[in-house]
Amino acid sequence: MTQSPDIEATLARMQEELRPYLERRPLIIGIYTGGVWIAERLHRALGLEEPLGTLDISFYRDDFTRLGMHPQVKTSNLPVNIEDRHIILVDDVLHTGRTIRAALNEIFDYGRPASATLAALVVRDGRELPIQADVIGQYLKLNKNQHVKLSGPDKLILNIQEVG
Amino acid sequence: MTRGDLQLDSQGRLRHFLTIEGLQRQTILKILDTAESFISVGEREIKKVPLLRGQTVVNLFFESSTRTRTTFEIAAKRLSADVININTDFSATNKGETLLDTVRNLEAMRTDLFVIRHPDSGAAYLIAGYVPAHVHIINAGDGRHAHPTQAMLDMFTIRRYKGSFENLRFAIVGDVLHSRVARSQIHALTTLGAAEVRVIAPKTLLPMDVEKLGVQVFTDMRTGLDGVDVILMLRLQFERMSGALIPSAQEYFNLYGLTREKLAYAKKDAIVMHPGPMNRGLEIESAVADGSQSVILPQVTNGIAVRMAIMALILGGQP
Amino acid sequence: MGILIQGGRIIDPANSIDAEKDVYIQDGFIVGIGKAPKEFKRENVLNASGKIVCPGLIDLRARVREPGLEYKATIESETRAAVSAGITTLCCPPDTNPPIDTPAMAQMIQQRAWRVGLAFIHPLGALTRNLEGKLLTDMAALDEAGCVGFSNALQPIRDTSVLRHAMEYAASFDLTVFLHSEDPWLRNNGVVHEGEVGTRLGLPGIPEAAETVAVARDLALIEQTGVRAHFCQLSSTRAVAMIAAARKQGLPVSADVTAHHLHLSEHDIGFFNTQCHVLPPLRNIRDRDGLRQALKDGALSAICSDHQPHEPDAKLAPFNSSEAGISGLETLLPLTLKLVDEKFLSLNEAIALLTHKPADILGIDAGDLSVGATADICIFDPGIHWVLEPDKLISNGHNTPFAGWEFRGRVTHTLIGGETVFAYSSP
Repeated sequence: MTQSPDIEATLARMQEELRPYLERRPLIIGIYTGGVWIAERLHRALGLEEPLGTLDISFYRDDFTRLGMHPQVKTSNLPVNIEDRHIILVDDVLHTGRTIRAALNEIFDYGRPASATLAALVVRDGRELPIQADVIGQYLKLNKNQHVKLSGPDKLILNIQEVG
Repeated sequence: MTRGDLQLDSQGRLRHFLTIEGLQRQTILKILDTAESFISVGEREIKKVPLLRGQTVVNLFFESSTRTRTTFEIAAKRLSADVININTDFSATNKGETLLDTVRNLEAMRTDLFVIRHPDSGAAYLIAGYVPAHVHIINAGDGRHAHPTQAMLDMFTIRRYKGSFENLRFAIVGDVLHSRVARSQIHALTTLGAAEVRVIAPKTLLPMDVEKLGVQVFTDMRTGLDGVDVILMLRLQFERMSGALIPSAQEYFNLYGLTREKLAYAKKDAIVMHPGPMNRGLEIESAVADGSQSVILPQVTNGIAVRMAIMALILGGQP
Repeated sequence: MGILIQGGRIIDPANSIDAEKDVYIQDGFIVGIGKAPKEFKRENVLNASGKIVCPGLIDLRARVREPGLEYKATIESETRAAVSAGITTLCCPPDTNPPIDTPAMAQMIQQRAWRVGLAFIHPLGALTRNLEGKLLTDMAALDEAGCVGFSNALQPIRDTSVLRHAMEYAASFDLTVFLHSEDPWLRNNGVVHEGEVGTRLGLPGIPEAAETVAVARDLALIEQTGVRAHFCQLSSTRAVAMIAAARKQGLPVSADVTAHHLHLSEHDIGFFNTQCHVLPPLRNIRDRDGLRQALKDGALSAICSDHQPHEPDAKLAPFNSSEAGISGLETLLPLTLKLVDEKFLSLNEAIALLTHKPADILGIDAGDLSVGATADICIFDPGIHWVLEPDKLISNGHNTPFAGWEFRGRVTHTLIGGETVFAYSSP
């Protein structure tokens, strides 16, 4: 385990980067599980009135036939109609881009947003799809066998582990 | 072939869904939890998720049933699967093709999942024992033996209204002898740790040694419903009268029909369930069926989510 | 041709012999036990040391499917299976197609078996015309044609007065009726014992009362008509107790049990194992144990196979729609020996139940190794351990619930009329 970057500072920076988006009256949607914790922080810090949306992308994953149902499926909940709204999608780690692809597919099954912006706490190399974050908290250079995971929800800690 | 664990593959995952009997409590709860997440899909504008896209589900019904077949069809389509409905007149099959030949011919058309309803007990088991590894079977009702998806949606509904099973008393009322739903419900409730499971019926409609399944037997509604939290009504078929099992609709309704008066024997917050279709005025009074304690309509909605969950659990992760 | 069977342990309960003695056979007959007769020319010697030599086994009930159901089996295939299992005489029920209700049919079956040259077949004649339970058959003529008794097989006689008249008529000529006591209304559409397993599997049940009600009715009629009667394949302890009481009373009744009812119960059905679909059904463990006890007590006089060979499709259907019956010739002796292994019967008792006792019931001159008797002999090695593989059964029917069962004891030679019709070659 290596020293985790300072999350509070990162969140503060993301918050500031997102401030210009506020005039579009955005809806924040967090992706389970880590993305939701980050989204909650940002939602509070930005003082948004409309409730937070949460997304569980289990039903939209591209590895269903290989891996089957994820054991812990939560319920997606988008309390506000996203039709014609500007969305800020929040996730903890952007890596291959497949999670975001699934999230976008799911969001579009709810309605047609005016735009979608991606805010990621951590961005690492290894994109397998042409997807990027618009608001980046932290870029981490990691090896193939290093795995990064956010733990929470009260005390947010980024854990970097060697696997394999 | 150890038929007992035919439902599970070598890694203990659900390969077929044939009967509640033999399933662990964990497995049943997992299905209920998964179904929860599918409820919200039904509440959205676009009631579809791409989970089973490209997979083919065949509803192979040897017994006519529009409602069960329809809910399976809706469930499969909401998972984005392709659905084919085959209603085989059973007597025609009897004269010609054997059951296994029918299945083999269909499976040659690259089917991933068969949902099978058949008038003979054990039919789903027979078929499950003969299909290759990549084909899955869901039992939509075989003879008097089992109707596991119905029992699952009943459990789901109970959990939604009552929270848990451990401290509750359940009463299954009606023609237990001929009921596959009742048998599956009994297995589910006993596995989930129900405090008490009762059956209430005249002796002619109770199977021999039914107590061995873990239930208490009552022939009288007043004592049978006393202190009960959940009443599970069973459908009574009119043929039972011509079979000299009960004398008349009138007498049956008088003794075992769920009226407001009889409902009062149970707990004040007891819920009333029925797998449908109902015979109003025979096993249940309209006032009760449409009353505040009835959860019969939610059962139907829940049925779709539960069947989606079972299909997803069976078809996922199997290359 | 003089044949010597040397060094074997002779078990011939009819003559109370259980000793190591040689058997001398001349021109198809037994001419000496233990002592060579004068002028015996030893031309052929069968070494039976370490083996048991007993009378050729008699199976009280085996269906050979001919005529009418040759797609399941034939007289040739089934008599070949019989002799491989030490069975030299079979009795077949009259429910062939057409049924054995004419002397021509009775003669045809016996002649076919005779021409094949393996086990003997003694047919039962139909008790009513076409087994319909309405009109009587020409019982005297059928008796003349070789029928050893009369039965309505599994077809119920619903009209009790017809049953009464059939019994009276048979009694007039001292003929034996073979009864399958089952009340058709209580039987309904049942396929398993009405009990715990049937309830769990959702299969329609046949209550025990279906058997006891019919046995009670039949016993009352037997007492009234004075006919000699044999009850076939009883399945419940209660019914057997009724027979025991009747015998004590002096009624001329006997009863048999199938080998599978002595070992299996409803629990063996497991998850719809159609190989356990039999009629009468496998009942509960108490019944199985009660049937075993009745063998010892004498209420049950014989063990039979109730052999019913089937083609594979007959069992590859949902339980309700599958056909009942086990291909049982080749497990008749092994299952009986298992009772000896389990210390339930002595070897002598076991052999008696398969030889002279069924012979007495059929009224035939067989089932013993008396000097002067036809040399129908079974030689088996009690030390051979083997496992049953359905595909290796010689019968055309491979339908058996005993797949994988371990048995001790295997037939090595079967002689009919002094001729070796079967010799076991170990694989």
